[in-house]
Amino acid sequence: MVNTNRAWWRLLLLFCAVMLAAAAVEAGDKRAWKPLEKDFLHDPQGTSIQDLQNPGEAMSSLPADGAGNLVDWVRALREGYIQPRTNVFPETKVNVLDLDLIYGNTGDQPFVRFPHKPHTEWLDCINCHDEIFKTQFNGSGIKMSLILEGKFCGQCHGAVAFPLTECKRCHSVAPESFKGKFGAQQPLPVTQNAAPANNKKK
Amino acid sequence: MWRLGLGLLVACAVVEPVWAEYADVVLNRLSEANGMRPVIYPHWFHRIRFRCKVCHSELGFKMRVGSNEINMLKLMDGQYCGRCHNNDVAWGLDNCHRCHSGRKGMETGIRGGHKAGGPGYW
Repeated sequence: MVNTNRAWWRLLLLFCAVMLAAAAVEAGDKRAWKPLEKDFLHDPQGTSIQDLQNPGEAMSSLPADGAGNLVDWVRALREGYIQPRTNVFPETKVNVLDLDLIYGNTGDQPFVRFPHKPHTEWLDCINCHDEIFKTQFNGSGIKMSLILEGKFCGQCHGAVAFPLTECKRCHSVAPESFKGKFGAQQPLPVTQNAAPANNKKK
Repeated sequence: MWRLGLGLLVACAVVEPVWAEYADVVLNRLSEANGMRPVIYPHWFHRIRFRCKVCHSELGFKMRVGSNEINMLKLMDGQYCGRCHNNDVAWGLDNCHRCHSGRKGMETGIRGGHKAGGPGYW
């Protein structure tokens, strides 16, 4: 009986060693994407599935991230890995705004820094204002519980932008090191036609 | 013990595996009722080529899955997907099965393996 037990332990140890060795060999870019015919979404019997690009082919050369599509989309855009078009109608005005907001009242989590720049590089002002967020700072009643229900930031984060498991990317400002005022951190550029983000000026 | 095993088997059969790519959209409001496979819209493919603002601002796609009353007639008129899928910007609407490519029986919604739960709003 004792011998059988020992044999099992040896087998378990061997298994662990093999797994560790496999993990070591795989070091580097470990990202993997399911091919379309195996993603349980596409019908492998579909007559045009072979015409479609597989995610791995498109995304393996893009900067890595640990969540979502496993791609850091903001970096991919900034560093020129991808050049997505800003508009299809020539008359469309392309708005980009460089303005950080800092939100307090975050419970025992660090304060939130919201950077307009990466958001407006992808989105237009009207995608968020004024339907989802009022332009007035602190005027929208944002709560984490509502975000988790798919409201406010949760309309995209958790669905298409990086998911809500990535707390620290938004809750990124240590309260003890932040001495400034909440709200807009830079003066609003005069040429932008967005409304002022901080109405608490004194 | 065999009951536990049976329970697990049933659970595996009922729970749909979520290996879809993050933010893949299934559209099946009209497709299957009209004899076509559900539409799979891959966000990842499109955002390599277009910024969000192109579809969600210029082309008028609302951001909630299922909230856009899209049908093939509108696409043929150059609205929504039809703005680009016209054999000019992208391949045309005659390639039915490239979009209508989903497994049958799926409900309209947004999918993806890394999604942070939520009460099914998406």
